[in-house]
Amino acid sequence: MQSLADVGRHRPVTITSVDGERGFRRRLMEMGLVPGTQVTVTNVAPLGDPLEIEVRRGRLSIRRGEAAHIRVKR
Amino acid sequence: MSSPSPVQRVALCGNPNTGKTTLFNALTGAQARVGNYPGVTVDRRHGRMRGHDDIEIIDVPGTYSLTARSVDEQIALDVIVGLAPETTAADRPALLVICVDATQLARSTYLVLQAQELGARCLVALTMTDEAGDAAPDTAALARMLACPVVPVVARIGKGVDALRTAIASALVTPPPAVPARWKPSPALADKIAKVRAAMPASWPASDGLALWALASIGDDELSHIPPALRAAVSATAADASDDDEAVLGRWRWLDANIAPLTERPLDRRFTDRLDRVLLHRGLGMIVFAGVMFVLFMSLFAWSDPAIAVVEKLFAWIGDLTRRVLPDGVIEDFVVDGVIAGVGSVLVFLPQILLLFFFLGLLEDLGYLARVAYLMDRIMRSMNLHGRAFVPMLSGFACAVPAIMATRTMERQRDRILTMLVIPLMTCSARLPVYTLVIAALFPSSTFGGLSTQSLLMVGMYAFSLITSLVAAWVLSRTVKSLKAKRLPFVIELPPYRAPRLRDIVRMMWSKTSMFLREAGTVILACTIVLWALLYFPRTLPDDAAGDETATAQALLENSYGARLGKAIEPAIEPLGFDWKIGVGIIGAFAAREVFVATMGVIYGAGDDEASLRKRLQDEKKPDGSRAYSPLAGLSLMVFFALACQCMSTLAVVKRETGGYRWPLFLLGYMTVLAYAASLLVFQIGTLLGF
Repeated sequence: MQSLADVGRHRPVTITSVDGERGFRRRLMEMGLVPGTQVTVTNVAPLGDPLEIEVRRGRLSIRRGEAAHIRVKR
Repeated sequence: MSSPSPVQRVALCGNPNTGKTTLFNALTGAQARVGNYPGVTVDRRHGRMRGHDDIEIIDVPGTYSLTARSVDEQIALDVIVGLAPETTAADRPALLVICVDATQLARSTYLVLQAQELGARCLVALTMTDEAGDAAPDTAALARMLACPVVPVVARIGKGVDALRTAIASALVTPPPAVPARWKPSPALADKIAKVRAAMPASWPASDGLALWALASIGDDELSHIPPALRAAVSATAADASDDDEAVLGRWRWLDANIAPLTERPLDRRFTDRLDRVLLHRGLGMIVFAGVMFVLFMSLFAWSDPAIAVVEKLFAWIGDLTRRVLPDGVIEDFVVDGVIAGVGSVLVFLPQILLLFFFLGLLEDLGYLARVAYLMDRIMRSMNLHGRAFVPMLSGFACAVPAIMATRTMERQRDRILTMLVIPLMTCSARLPVYTLVIAALFPSSTFGGLSTQSLLMVGMYAFSLITSLVAAWVLSRTVKSLKAKRLPFVIELPPYRAPRLRDIVRMMWSKTSMFLREAGTVILACTIVLWALLYFPRTLPDDAAGDETATAQALLENSYGARLGKAIEPAIEPLGFDWKIGVGIIGAFAAREVFVATMGVIYGAGDDEASLRKRLQDEKKPDGSRAYSPLAGLSLMVFFALACQCMSTLAVVKRETGGYRWPLFLLGYMTVLAYAASLLVFQIGTLLGF
């Protein structure tokens, strides 16, 4: 399955699950990155990392390695 | 007459970037005080509500959630619940005012649900309603849904602030409305909650919400005040990620069903998006970034010079004036060279501190500081540093003192301390006079590949310091246990661009400055006086002493306790290529690195004539007639100055920021060992190679 790190820019996807260590994934979910949420990668930083994502009307910056823990579907 | 009513506490909480600070300033007026949360490097700001002397507002650091595993995350919960055993019901806030961002409604309401689960009485301040425009939710509907009062405010223009004060005062005297449960734990989770609740200490407020907090937070944590019995109870329930999911997803299901529909209209992000297309652009964005950083750096490095010169001149003038008034003698020297010069050496930091915090406040308010972290994270991350460490580290090239104070803009304790530990390795401007002296005196002015060797050496010293600081960050983050990277997500919000508020910025500049004067300034002053005494006493001259003022000063210094210390450490520094005179210079340089030049001037009887000092350094001979200072010894000395933390102001500020002696001592220790070892290697290997 695809992770958020592999999604191209401006393609809305839906979160299916969040993996990773307990405290890490809980923090992501508490910020609203829960399964069923729509996410769009809106930008990539000039040096290739981190990513800028749009989720629930807000913009967040997330590292590629961390986005890899977020499974998504089209 | 009625007796004064007891003070009621109100905690102001909310996500970062919700306008909490502006609201705090608007509620308290000019009466706020800034302190420190015990054990963590986080500002604790509190103040009486304007017009209500019996209500104290506590500003809780911005947070997305109350569940906590690290010391930083615990702060918010500690303010609200008070986990320390000595906490009483009166210490706990009677009301939480939670800032809910109208443009980020669902996410910022998450915190309200958690607070209500803990049984806290809540009041929502709905901020950013101006920005949300017609996408802002209906206040009455939100209040109904959340079962708590909601007051819309636009703190930057003061709109709604009076209404909020009235609402706070009346919420404190009305019985809190009943809050219905938003999600229902499964029987398995309910059973775990009941077991943990039974093991909670009696001093904690008994609630299922707090038991759930313990269940999610305890285990592989850094929390304090957790009784062993409670730890055992939590671990006996074998709580895991599926329990977290139940709670987090339960809250989000409710938010998605009830809160999200209140803001269906799209947000107008055109302004921010248009700016970001330029400011985060691969080419253009990096050029703007370099420009902004250049201005910030130059203002610290060069443009603050006139202000610094004014402070220095002022204190020199006060010193001269005092000399004319006081009779010659120890008292006069103590007052002028110890106290007045000491106060001057504290105040001389103010221009840079004020300027740096002006820029930090401006960039933070504008929303650009988060973008700096976004742009630089890739580079900083490779050294295990936070993207936000960039500005403090860049400032370190001007002066470590304001740079270390600037580490507060980072959220996590671990990031702050790691950055503080490597900032003093940056080539600060106080090292320049030392490098200039050594290079001009000991290195022949020749060219290398068309460039002057002397300039190349200077550039080399900058490059050396940059590399060592980055390598040091990498090594420290992998070897020091409390600095190891925790697997917490680096998720930062990129807030919309907003107009800065000068009043808030000026207030922060003042609070940082006064804190520096109060807490670090006193230490710096005391150290200056000790160093002065060390190089001043015992004030005895050899019998055959005669000559002019310069010669007397030289003889007095040579006989001082500091010089005796320099002679005592000579065997230890000889392998680095230094003699006792350099040793005295190094001791004196603890006051400030550039003092090295002045100390050497006195010791060589050159006064403040630098040209003659250079000549004397070149001509200095060892007893066997060979040159005392070879270029190799000069290089070794520069390496030593690059790496040693001989700056008591830096140490004083680290002590103030970390709230203890542990980190400043660690900093002094690791840098001294590093400096000694590196200079030893340079000098010994260089000697072997025949330089």
